[in-house]
Amino acid sequence: MVMLCVIDYGSGNVAAIANICNRERIPYMITEDLHRFEEATHFLLPGVGAFDPTITKLKESGILSALETEVLTKGKPIMGICVGMHLLANGSDEGLQAGLGWIPGHVRRIDASKLTKPPHLPHMGWNSITGNAQDPLLQGIDMNHGFYFLHSYYYDASDPNDVVSTSSYGGDLPCIVRKGHIVGAQFHPEKSHSNGIRLIKNFVGVSGC
Amino acid sequence: MLRSRVVPFLLLRGNGLVKTKKFDDPKYVGDPINAVKIFNEKEVDELTLLDIEATASGQGPNFALLRDIAAESRMPLCYGGGVDNAETAARIIALGYEKVSVSHAALERPELVREMAERVGRQSVVVTIDVKKEGLFGSSYRVSSLNAKQKHKVDPVAFAIQCAELGAGEIVLNSVDRDGMMQGYDLELARKVRTAITIPMTVVGGAASVDDLQALTDEMAPIGAGAGSLFVFKGKYRAVLISYMRP
Repeated sequence: MVMLCVIDYGSGNVAAIANICNRERIPYMITEDLHRFEEATHFLLPGVGAFDPTITKLKESGILSALETEVLTKGKPIMGICVGMHLLANGSDEGLQAGLGWIPGHVRRIDASKLTKPPHLPHMGWNSITGNAQDPLLQGIDMNHGFYFLHSYYYDASDPNDVVSTSSYGGDLPCIVRKGHIVGAQFHPEKSHSNGIRLIKNFVGVSGC
Repeated sequence: MLRSRVVPFLLLRGNGLVKTKKFDDPKYVGDPINAVKIFNEKEVDELTLLDIEATASGQGPNFALLRDIAAESRMPLCYGGGVDNAETAARIIALGYEKVSVSHAALERPELVREMAERVGRQSVVVTIDVKKEGLFGSSYRVSSLNAKQKHKVDPVAFAIQCAELGAGEIVLNSVDRDGMMQGYDLELARKVRTAITIPMTVVGGAASVDDLQALTDEMAPIGAGAGSLFVFKGKYRAVLISYMRP
């Protein structure tokens, strides 16, 4: 039985994710209460804003140490979204704080000099993605239609094997990274219509559609 | 490949939606939550909501309504209206909006753009520039605000450059003269601004057909092609019907 825990630490759009879970009948809870993490089978870690304040919030709230138990010790899957994805890296050009280091890599600023005409940054809008269509995370996804992106920094994963999918913007930027049961998505699945719903369903392993 | 965005622009007044002509004569066109539900089904690229009373009335954003809209939306959202400080912008982002737009407040105090960028990140800061032709035979473009009631001796291109330098993540170019007239975009204005800045841009005001959207995206892709009347009216009698189309 799935129980998706959407971590509500004042960073990111939990309402839109709740809306999708209601519509798709995915059992979920939205909480910042660490004591309820035990009930969860999967975690979604949203994130908006800058790297340092976001990771500080995660650490100071005690959520991080609770997640370490659930994700690293118990092996429950987690998906970080946007800045929530960036937190999984070792660090970021955008801040001074260390990241979680759960998927080796560093968050870097997109190299706008490779874009031949405006717009440059931020990378804003719907972009297609590439990847292995047989991958469990990408099944049923219209990769040509892609997802909604809104960012200036990207996840430069150290191990190419951890990159599930890329999008092209001044180079091939990893947009889904994964190491074992830990996943990061650069785009906003909660704002990407049917593709976004499908990705969330693929993550929690709910078949159908 | 990054695609152009086709963006419905919805005008909020109180708890309802209206559509204007040249920023005047607001006509009631329906309920915002209902419109969001329809646009969800149509898988809209992005949706912009502008509260045309929030600044003028001094009441600021209608947070209760904004919360309900965000909870219903499965598409990216931008909100503008009555935002005059970074804290308010952060509060709106926390409700589930990807972007917050400022207009009058940025003209009064351009530093606001920098403060917002520091608080919520550049990618979420939009400056909407309302542009009106002025002078003999409409020979020059000037910025206006407060539903085009206040004129500023500001050149839109110079202001767009200034906002981009201060930390705006996007410029929305809103033509007062074309608003609701359904006679096509002001492409000349769009060109002037597009060549002056490197941040993303959305053009709104005048789109009457897919051909109008296409003319803009063919020339300046990837760009935001915004429209109000096109997506809320049908036919020459302007019957209210929410629709969506892409080139």
